[in-house]
Amino acid sequence: MSARWLLRRLLLIGYTLLVVSLLVFAITQVLPADAAVTLLGENATPDALAAVRVQLGLNDPVWLQYAHWLGGLLHGDFGTSMRSGQPVLPVMLTALSRSLLLAVLSIGLMLAVAVPLGVLAALRRGGAIDLLAGLVAYLGVSLPEFVTATLLLILFADMLHWLPATGYVPLAENPADSLRHLVLPVVTVSLILVAHVSRMMRSETIDVLHSDYARAARLKGLSPATVLFRHVLRNALLPVVTIVALDVGYLLGGIIVVEEIFAIPGIGRQLIVAIQNRDLPSIQAGALVMAATYAVANFLADVAYAVLDRRIRYD
Amino acid sequence: MIRRLLRTPQGAIGVVLLALVALACVFGPALAPRDPEALDFLGRFHPPGAGHWLGADQLGRDVLSRLLVGARTTVPLALLATLLGTLSGAVLGTLSAYLGGRWDEAIMRTVDAVMAVPGLLLALLIASTLGKSGGNAMIAVAVAFVPGMTRVTRSVALAARRQDYVAAAIARGEGGAWIVLREMLPNVAAPVVIETTIRVSFAVMLFATLSFLGLGAQPPSSEWGLMVAEARRFLHQAPWMIAAPGGAIALTAIGFNLLGDGLRDALNPRDER
Repeated sequence: MSARWLLRRLLLIGYTLLVVSLLVFAITQVLPADAAVTLLGENATPDALAAVRVQLGLNDPVWLQYAHWLGGLLHGDFGTSMRSGQPVLPVMLTALSRSLLLAVLSIGLMLAVAVPLGVLAALRRGGAIDLLAGLVAYLGVSLPEFVTATLLLILFADMLHWLPATGYVPLAENPADSLRHLVLPVVTVSLILVAHVSRMMRSETIDVLHSDYARAARLKGLSPATVLFRHVLRNALLPVVTIVALDVGYLLGGIIVVEEIFAIPGIGRQLIVAIQNRDLPSIQAGALVMAATYAVANFLADVAYAVLDRRIRYD
Repeated sequence: MIRRLLRTPQGAIGVVLLALVALACVFGPALAPRDPEALDFLGRFHPPGAGHWLGADQLGRDVLSRLLVGARTTVPLALLATLLGTLSGAVLGTLSAYLGGRWDEAIMRTVDAVMAVPGLLLALLIASTLGKSGGNAMIAVAVAFVPGMTRVTRSVALAARRQDYVAAAIARGEGGAWIVLREMLPNVAAPVVIETTIRVSFAVMLFATLSFLGLGAQPPSSEWGLMVAEARRFLHQAPWMIAAPGGAIALTAIGFNLLGDGLRDALNPRDER
């Protein structure tokens, strides 16, 4: 990993955020909501509306509005919410911190389930575990999060009363209760990730098991366990890093739905609320924060890949 | 080709499931045992059983009938969204591979950047901009599919770009549009079709999710995602109101996934995985 590669990669993040800002601005610009009306209410006088439009720069040409907005972003000024009047960036970042716990737990659960499942399925192809893994994979990619979440709610909260239905408890306040509230959301979000990663893990393990060096290790007389852990797993796990980073997109999408259903005040729910209120600055900030999260996750994955796999030398 | 598809277990099950869905789309209203809009206040929350095979909802409407009629508002729109999105993505990806060099680099880096916006988020933004309706949700899903499809197609089209027939077309003095649309695109069709089939299942889910979040089909439509959203308030009294449309969405999505996998196996018989 050379300094040049790192620099290029960081520049790409900058380009990504620029394109995303343009995209978000272009989409939200055509939102059929007059910002002045949203701010003052339906009963405002035409004079007051006109004054606010001048104040917000709504009469400026579009490119100038974008330039002003982008200039503000670069200074950390994402605007203020049209509903609450609060600066939107701190609100979104607080919400993101709540979502991060959900995201990290989901990735952790996914790895704990998907890696063993994929490896066992590969070791006994056509066996019971392989069939189970196949079933999980099909269910994972075919059940939308809102269906999984609702079915889990019915089963574990409504019928069995094992877990609380909805709500959010900060981790610092009461860790045990906080985690109990997160069980169903985490299971829902990780299902689709388990589906992807266990399939990937299975096919990678099969590939590596058939490789020359795995054969050589077996012929050398190493025990099957040593071959598996020292040679096969290390190589089969590498591509998983990349697929997990790409899956952050699904993760963020899942988080939007799950936070809405389980009433978790994270970034996804803030975004839905902002969309329902037609609160432009909040929508823009929420979308940008999410995209930045994705871009950073992929950057970290590339770096991790380069560190883990010495054969790869990025120039 | 079709016989080979039906010989794979995935393909056979997928075809059967999708045949059922297609039947519901075409003949849904005729097959429905009751009027899907008929209110029956004495029959509210009627559990599944005689009279209402899949139960009745909070207004006494027959869930099975609503499901059968709702197929039309769910599946064809998801199909159309996928076709629009994948076709645009395929053209863009092929174009990028044809142009190569700096243009290719610029297009692909921009596509990568757009992919930083999760598909659901992009669809949400577009659907909320265009206004709440099934048609707008379809456009939103289509747009959300373009970047991913561009990437997939480009990777295949790069190989096609090096083929002699492209060089021959350039030597003949054909225009860029002709080469992209008539020479290269047909030759990347097979992998694109497989990818498209699998993506329909994603479109069905994305489309239903938008309706579930209130940005797609609007009441009193019996679009399946909307049915789940409305049933959420009655989760305690009538879990079947969620299970039925949820199951319908899942079976449709599984059908397209199986068909896609079956097609892949049928087209690449040597690949044992």
